Amino acid sequence: MNALSPIPAEAAPETTVLVVPGMHCAGCMAKVERALAAVPGVSSARVNLTAKQVRAEHAPQVEAADLIAALDAVGFASQPRSDELSKAPSAVKPLLAPLGVAAFACMNVMLLSVSVWSGAEGSTRSLFHWISALIGIPAIAYSGTPFFKSALAVLKRARTNMDVPISIGIVLATTLSFYETLTGGHDAYFDGVLMLILFLLAGRTLDAMMRDRARAGVDALLNQAAPGASVVSPDGALQWVAAADLAPGMVMRIAAGERLAADGEIVGGSSAFDQSLLTGESAPVAATIGATVHAGTLNLDAPVDVRVTAAGPDTSLAEIARLMDAAEQPRSVYVRIADRASRLYAPAVHTLAALSFAGWMIAGAGIYQSTVIAIAVLIITCPCALGLAVPVAQVVASGALMREGVMVKDGSAIERLATIDRVLLDKTGSLTLGRPEPDPAVLDRLGGDAASVALGLASHSRHPHSRSIEAALLARGHRAVRVDGVAEAAGIGLSGLWNGRKVSLGRSDAADGMSTTLRIEGRDDLRIPMVDRLRPDAQAALARLKAMGLEVSLLSGDNAAAVAEVAREVGLFGQAAADPAAKRAAISALQAQGRKVLMVGDGLNDGPALAAADASIAPGSASDVGRQAADLVFLGDSLNALPRSVLAARRTMRVVKQNFALAIGYNVLAVPLAIAGYVNPMIAAAAMSGSSLVVVANSLRLVRATK
Amino acid sequence: MNGLLFLLPIALGLGLLGLVAFFWALRRGQFEDLDGAANRILYDDEEGPQG
Repeated sequence: MNALSPIPAEAAPETTVLVVPGMHCAGCMAKVERALAAVPGVSSARVNLTAKQVRAEHAPQVEAADLIAALDAVGFASQPRSDELSKAPSAVKPLLAPLGVAAFACMNVMLLSVSVWSGAEGSTRSLFHWISALIGIPAIAYSGTPFFKSALAVLKRARTNMDVPISIGIVLATTLSFYETLTGGHDAYFDGVLMLILFLLAGRTLDAMMRDRARAGVDALLNQAAPGASVVSPDGALQWVAAADLAPGMVMRIAAGERLAADGEIVGGSSAFDQSLLTGESAPVAATIGATVHAGTLNLDAPVDVRVTAAGPDTSLAEIARLMDAAEQPRSVYVRIADRASRLYAPAVHTLAALSFAGWMIAGAGIYQSTVIAIAVLIITCPCALGLAVPVAQVVASGALMREGVMVKDGSAIERLATIDRVLLDKTGSLTLGRPEPDPAVLDRLGGDAASVALGLASHSRHPHSRSIEAALLARGHRAVRVDGVAEAAGIGLSGLWNGRKVSLGRSDAADGMSTTLRIEGRDDLRIPMVDRLRPDAQAALARLKAMGLEVSLLSGDNAAAVAEVAREVGLFGQAAADPAAKRAAISALQAQGRKVLMVGDGLNDGPALAAADASIAPGSASDVGRQAADLVFLGDSLNALPRSVLAARRTMRVVKQNFALAIGYNVLAVPLAIAGYVNPMIAAAAMSGSSLVVVANSLRLVRATK
Repeated sequence: MNGLLFLLPIALGLGLLGLVAFFWALRRGQFEDLDGAANRILYDDEEGPQG
């Protein structure tokens, strides 16, 4: 590990776990691990990319703050994991051990069964059955627990689900096989039972993997609020106070670039605030002494003092979180297609088994033979392929979407997305890029030295306009010149000296929209309009959505004029000045008319709407709340992700339905054999694995679902 | 029949070995971070992240 560490190795190591939301690739992992390992006293650091966490082992004298500072130095924001989050259970983990046991037992029992099928007789067959029972019964008892537990849980509430027929089938078939083994009988179904458990567990595990991936973003909601603020005490000293401990009356000092941790009133200084995450409004809002500012907004220009008027659960941010909670409830009522199928399936299977038992009894067969046939019916109809039909298709489709930069957070999201017939788009940050970009036409006209001066000035500031001008000029291949004595005046801009001439880059005098002016002494002022541009491919993507039969309109929190301009540009109708509650109400109204709504949004203000809609998509640049509330998150700028996702969802559901047809088709062929009493363990095994393979093969066609 | 006396325990023993190995890997947390494991192979330096 870190051989150069000056800390003696015998110091008892401590473990700190940090949440690093910004990690998403191999490069990030390597950077984070290296940065932590380089801190003196840290003996090891290991990233868990799935959970976006890093675990560091270190000597006791190393503080969490040191580690956070080290990560900050390489550009990663992090925070210690809070205790509630640390317990987040993985859905996959408890299934892995049963899956391993079922696979082991299934392979070995199958090995023995093949010998029995190929004609082992007498004592050999009896020996093989006994060994199968010895392996099979404990393995079934252990690996079947996920089904038994779930079946018992619903039976206690006097309901039924897919696990009830599965559990009954497993228990009956195991009992029958054990009886056959005891009496030296001909057929034992241990292999079939284990195979059934194996396939079903595989389906469950795939489904759980999708749910685990979804949970990775869940801890994000409260990160959006600044975790605290510097509070000015009456004697003028500054003290860091955690967000939870802020109380009305305290005065926070908010530096430029910092997010507010609580609602408050400005008591000193003036600045511009970026409220776009909170309201959807694209233009920064200027605020001075006496103005009210909200938690979650970003201070852009200058430090201000803010007296807290509401903190924690009283802030507008917390109000949005409450609205979202309420909005998500209707969605949790959604019944997934696999569950709907099992509601029909379970009674049908049991009736069929009971009928064949009764039929054979009436026909004069003994209780033993009738039971064997009834159990054969249960085993044959047990939903191996049905258990795989949905999860395999969804996992393959979400893999295809992920390669296109769309992350699916939940399997049911694909099902819900396939049904939508109405699309509502937020404007700022969703239909548009959500960041002011300098007008490309004006930048093209900039002379080489003017561009270099602008770049030299812009590179000194963290203001969003400076940053985007800098990025645009660098992308055009310009290089900065040296500008001396650069000073930044809050709310005004940057100024300095270039070759003895006064130059400045800053606020325009003209009040027509957003723009930045470059002034060079002895030349004409040059105004650079700053526009929030449409996302690339926006027109094409909207056209494709319409071609798919979806009605699209805008739903924005921005003012009517700004919305109208964009709406004209893309040819859509729109509703403007909608606050979070109004957005949610608009969606509820459409749902009341029977429409299935897809919401596309990014901001905090879109959170409740994203949660209330039947399905929702957020861009990767969205607020944490937006990303958390949305079912799908697309990376990159292009809006083509929208039609692609809808297309992939529709194709997935088509394949899921085909899978159901295939699985049920197999049963239709096999069930008459079972009822007639012709099914032996070999036919059962062949039917099960055959139908499962066909379903998996059919699902693999979705690799190209987005094309 | 005599061959079976050897082959059966061998077959079961090998299977059991696989199961034990799987449980060992599970206990050691090798299935905790499948995404991370997939990305770790892309580290482009020779000595690994921790020097």
